[in-house]
Amino acid sequence: MKKISFTLNGELRYIYVAPNEGLLEVLRDKMGVKSPKCGCDSGDCGACTVILNGKTVRSCLIFAIEVDGQDILTLEGISKDGLTPLQTALNERNAYQCGYCAPGMILSVTELIKKNPHPSEHEIKESIAGNLCRCTGYKPVIDAVLEVTKKH
Amino acid sequence: MAIPYEFGYEKPLTLEEAIQLLGKHGKNARVLAGGTDLANEVKQGFRVPEVLIDIKGIDSLRKIEIIDDRLHIGALVTFNEILESKAVQDNAYILYEAAGLVASNGVRNRATMVGNICSAVACMDSAAPLLVHDATIHCLSVDGQRDVTVQKWFVDNRKTAIGEKELVTHVSIPIPKLKYAGAYQKMMRYSGEDLSQANVGVLLFSDGKCNVAFGSVGPIPKRSPKLEAFIKEKGINSQSIADAKEMISKIIAPITDVRATKEYRMHMTKVMFERAINTAVERLKKPKLITKK
Repeated sequence: MKKISFTLNGELRYIYVAPNEGLLEVLRDKMGVKSPKCGCDSGDCGACTVILNGKTVRSCLIFAIEVDGQDILTLEGISKDGLTPLQTALNERNAYQCGYCAPGMILSVTELIKKNPHPSEHEIKESIAGNLCRCTGYKPVIDAVLEVTKKH
Repeated sequence: MAIPYEFGYEKPLTLEEAIQLLGKHGKNARVLAGGTDLANEVKQGFRVPEVLIDIKGIDSLRKIEIIDDRLHIGALVTFNEILESKAVQDNAYILYEAAGLVASNGVRNRATMVGNICSAVACMDSAAPLLVHDATIHCLSVDGQRDVTVQKWFVDNRKTAIGEKELVTHVSIPIPKLKYAGAYQKMMRYSGEDLSQANVGVLLFSDGKCNVAFGSVGPIPKRSPKLEAFIKEKGINSQSIADAKEMISKIIAPITDVRATKEYRMHMTKVMFERAINTAVERLKKPKLITKK
């Protein structure tokens, strides 16, 4: 076991991990952060997405020991002070049914609008590609993103 | 999924330290960069290492630079960094084009091009662009540096010419002196998150030389000197393209698997070859050397 430390949602945290422990399991089972989900467990579905050093990554494809000294943001972190305008717009449209893909979708769009505040529909689709939704489809998600990012 | 095997973890901060570790552990070590292939292999028990050597602490491997008319791409450069690089867009547009079709944004943020050609899974996207550009793979070990041409790099599905103690530090691509244009075509079931069922890369030069590479239609991606010589001799016209498409039947050997049948792969490779060569011809007509969409 090795003691690692990293910033999780703005707080410096320490934890003991073995090299064969995955980041997704450590976040969920050892640290109680439940927004990243295990879907395909092979990097295809996007349910386990977290933001690592400002970029979305698949936490199921990262060993926990790799994030020593890094910065991790999850859905819990971005909505610490209440829902973001994006989340409110998604809620208003009932964009999700089961919600399993929601954290990954929201984090993917959060990464996009941080570097590109007024994305085109194509850019939105490209950013959420690889986040698989099996309930409502993608249309209300894309509409919500267009609504909160349209130019005023 | 919990991983039922134990292994060690080292994170060297210098190249010297990394190759010493590889020298010590040899084939029992796996080099970890983005890990998007490696994590799956370890989880599935496909290749279980005694130790992972995480090279992400070695900043010198993170560079894209032009040195002596060659474009250098370091072992830690991710596909998204390739997409953001003007040097790649200007000097190896086809690689930029292929990088944009790799998996999804969240994977491209982590997955590296060098990792892609080291995993060497037959459906990789980087191989065809590197093959048509005559890239060189630069390896380093305690015994010194060794350069391998991309034509000799791929040995079999998931098998490369890398030595047990070697680390790939970077890949370099000669920047052509002649005016040129390339095009990459990938067949997949849906965009945004899929492996290629077949892919084709074409690089066309102003003197008529045409490099062609086929991926995901055999155990290793490959060039076809015979086809290239044929096109150079006959020029590009509807008859020569039709004849070249016939020749493809004897060049590639696709298999049937869960993603496509061999017949469909064969048919579509011919179609994509034609599309790629026509795109390259159009791009070559543009006044600037740089081939924008």
